[in-house]
Amino acid sequence: MILENSAKGQKYFHHQDSHHPHRHTGSATPAISVQKSGTREIKVVRRVLDVNEKMAEENRRLFTQKGVFVLNVMSSPGSGKTTTLEKTLIKIMPEVKCAVIVGDICTTHDADRLATTGVPVVQVNTDAFGGDCHLAAHVIEKAAGGLDLDDIDLLIVENVGNLVCPAEFDIGEDSRVVVLSVTEGEDKPVKYPLMFRECEVALLNKIDLLPHLDYDKHKAIEFIHQIHPDMPVFEISARTAEGFDPWIKWLKGRIRDKIG
Amino acid sequence: MHEMGIALQIVEIAAASIPTDLGNVRVARVNLKVGKLAAVVPESLRFCFSVASKDTPLDGAELNIAELPVVARCKQCNYEWTITNPVFKCGTCNSGSLEILSGRELDIESIEIAEEDKNDSGK
Repeated sequence: MILENSAKGQKYFHHQDSHHPHRHTGSATPAISVQKSGTREIKVVRRVLDVNEKMAEENRRLFTQKGVFVLNVMSSPGSGKTTTLEKTLIKIMPEVKCAVIVGDICTTHDADRLATTGVPVVQVNTDAFGGDCHLAAHVIEKAAGGLDLDDIDLLIVENVGNLVCPAEFDIGEDSRVVVLSVTEGEDKPVKYPLMFRECEVALLNKIDLLPHLDYDKHKAIEFIHQIHPDMPVFEISARTAEGFDPWIKWLKGRIRDKIG
Repeated sequence: MHEMGIALQIVEIAAASIPTDLGNVRVARVNLKVGKLAAVVPESLRFCFSVASKDTPLDGAELNIAELPVVARCKQCNYEWTITNPVFKCGTCNSGSLEILSGRELDIESIEIAEEDKNDSGK
């Protein structure tokens, strides 16, 4: 059956492994067969999100051609993405030239905060694009149009705060990072396995609060590794800037791997 | 949470898949494969589909969803198994280096065209 054959070519976990969207199987003329119920079945065999995947590939080609490393940052709301990015930008610039695309359902608060670091920031409010829970590839294409890509090494995309939907949408990024904070449940990784499978690295944020909480950090890391064995986990506090050096080193290494 | 967007895509792809030489036909069923790890809730998708398909050749069509299990293969020892609880480690050699064979699908397999209503055609 077509299903088994086509399954091999699909995009699965670890999005960097394979970016080949599902192709049409069969010829240009549709295969039509008559079903028991009397209906005529027409083979389609298409990935529902293939439009997004094609656009993501186009984005990826453009970013590669321009020598831009793209980081897709995802987390639940309130985990400290924006503060983490502020600190990351301060530490990585001016050695690495950065820009940020910020996705929010509405308001420009995050963009305003990030702009104080001096980086070009493009704010995307998803409601204007008819979506509400994630950034899709066409939104990134449009937002990137407002940036001088020739003058950027690292493009950070701060996705909409949501541990479910953004994991499903390739935007043409090189790497995905998930931010998890110690004020959330230790079991978040097993509740949102897709997100933790899809991301390359995890940042465990707000560790300055650990003495005041009953949070079991080791249990959380164990859960992360249950979903994604060997996933690098950097323990940080975006408030105090504690623990950022290994994370920045890792990020610089990944950027160097791509753009030299 | 993005089921409406997915439903709209399904309607668009399915409507474009109707061979033009069939003329004005109605789609009775859309056969969809959804992996257990796709961020999609079947019930919610069915509801959104019923709304998104209004005034299209898919109006009233059944969205037939086949849910596919998460199947993995160990890259170390080639052991293949179905992941039912969220532990992504090989049950045989404990390696975490896996290839996910199924579970991420969100594919339209086929559409089924309804037989013409004899009463309608006689009018």
